[in-house]
Amino acid sequence: MKQKNQATRISVGSKVFDVINYTLLGLIGLITILPFIHVVGSSFATSAEIASTRFLLFPTKFTLDAYRFIFSTDTIFRALGISVFVTFVGTIWSMFFSILTAYGLSRRDLVGRRALNFLIVFTMLFNGGMIPTFLVVQQTGLLNSLWALIIPVTINAFNMIILRSFFMNLPQGLEESAKIDGASDFGILFRIVIPVSLPSIATISLFYAVTYWNTYMHAILYLSDSTKWPVQVLLRQIVVLASGFNYDGTAYTDVPPPEVTIKMATIVVATVPVLLVYPFLQKYFAKGALLGSVKG
Amino acid sequence: MSSIVVPKLKAKKKLSAVDRKRRRSELWRRIKRNKMIYLMILPGIIYFLVYRYLPMYGLIISFQDYKPYLGITGSPWVGFTHFERLFTSPEFWTIFRNTLILFALQIFVYFPIPIIISLMLNEVRHSLYKRGIQTLIYIPHFMSWVVIVSISFVMLTLDGGIINSVLESLGFTKINFLMSAEWFRPIYIIQVIWREAGWGTIVFLAAITAVDPQLYEAAKIDGANRFRQIWHITLPAIRSVIIVLLILKIGNVLELGFEHVYLLLNASNRNVGEIFDTYVYVAGLQQGQFSYSAAVGFFKGVVGLIMVVIANRLAKAFNEEGIY
Repeated sequence: MKQKNQATRISVGSKVFDVINYTLLGLIGLITILPFIHVVGSSFATSAEIASTRFLLFPTKFTLDAYRFIFSTDTIFRALGISVFVTFVGTIWSMFFSILTAYGLSRRDLVGRRALNFLIVFTMLFNGGMIPTFLVVQQTGLLNSLWALIIPVTINAFNMIILRSFFMNLPQGLEESAKIDGASDFGILFRIVIPVSLPSIATISLFYAVTYWNTYMHAILYLSDSTKWPVQVLLRQIVVLASGFNYDGTAYTDVPPPEVTIKMATIVVATVPVLLVYPFLQKYFAKGALLGSVKG
Repeated sequence: MSSIVVPKLKAKKKLSAVDRKRRRSELWRRIKRNKMIYLMILPGIIYFLVYRYLPMYGLIISFQDYKPYLGITGSPWVGFTHFERLFTSPEFWTIFRNTLILFALQIFVYFPIPIIISLMLNEVRHSLYKRGIQTLIYIPHFMSWVVIVSISFVMLTLDGGIINSVLESLGFTKINFLMSAEWFRPIYIIQVIWREAGWGTIVFLAAITAVDPQLYEAAKIDGANRFRQIWHITLPAIRSVIIVLLILKIGNVLELGFEHVYLLLNASNRNVGEIFDTYVYVAGLQQGQFSYSAAVGFFKGVVGLIMVVIANRLAKAFNEEGIY
């Protein structure tokens, strides 16, 4: 009898625990996501509603004015185009060299492998810093070129190590049988290793792509020409710096929509591409992050 | 490791000239057999040498009075002048204090949060709910700092920001969050939590999956409630992971995020917000004091390296003694 009592008490306590725990977690999830919903909601709102509503998540009157305004000049098209270019070209460029280096260093019979590994790992612990790196970028003629956003970050040592440890875990027999069949090293890499590693390659590609899309620091360091700014720099100009909105100035002759909705719309435009790949990221990223945390 | 290497070296000395020659040709054969592999890694190695190691060589300008038109080879040497200037300037102590405070916030405010959230997530039995929450809280990690700071700006701004509208409707006076020195640190750490706390749960959740479910069953039979189960089973199981991550975080004491801090800085909060990275940027690229700011960066890099190496040693020591 006493035991039964205790058992029910535990399950009641446990139920209370569950209710509180589920509620708190729900709140955490909600708090995380509400700012995004607020921004998206406000970007579609009318000026009247922005002025009168205090807790705006979903506008009652839906308008595309803010988007029509920001897309009325080429400023944002240009910035988006640059970001898309840097993301696509940069990801392919980085993956190409990361895969080559990672596969080469994954070969256990390579003479000097340990020294080369150390050469790369050391760059994760120490670097020349902002100014000497700037001088090298300048000396190699990349200043004010979009390649300045790509070439100085060709290989992320962390991503390369994740790829390398993945290649090292592939079954040895795979390569050996191909070698017996007379395949060259490049043949083995491109016809055997890469096809069986596609999930990992997809993961690392998405990591690179997100990094390139989010690139900001290198743009403000290396690109002084404002016509070459990617969307992140434009966003900062508009939201953080702008006291008065100045997309282009002359092109828009009607009364512009309220500044706030324009800022919101610009944030949405800079964010949506990442949200579009997020489901794919989510499918693989936990694995990649874990590998990274073990190795790092 | 050394115990394996030493006898090998001794043995090498005793080798005859013929043996040595054979050995060398054997090595050479192994290298030649892999020449395509060397070709594969060549571009990567060149990248690291040019864009990672050349800047390290470039650090010698911190001992020079570097002038762009004279170059590294032509600029005059000035010894430790720039370092002396750094250590005697009042700005140094401001930056040092700011760095320490932001770091303390990272350790004491941010660090426990992913642990708590992962413990909470672990108690969720409906996997759909659990995955739903995870999907939501991982999202901010993939947003750039520009997006995170921009969203904060539009919400915190004085006129029309939702936070100030709420304050006003509740009868409080509006707060100029963005232009106030007192609010810089809270805003900084809240943004760090918002962006990283969810993502930070991954490694703890992975460690928790290694816990034997039978332990919970046994605890239940002993009458332990859910808090006691967490306290006595789950937490001890992830203790070594917590320690390792804490040590690594301490090792990265100087990595407070250039982009993040730079985006938040303005004239009214510079006094509490300036860190080494932002100081280097302003002094070097905006004011053109290349050598001085390179020296500041050099100092930061060396301290960072020492901290990381010590932290890694400690982490390894703990990991070996730990539960795994």
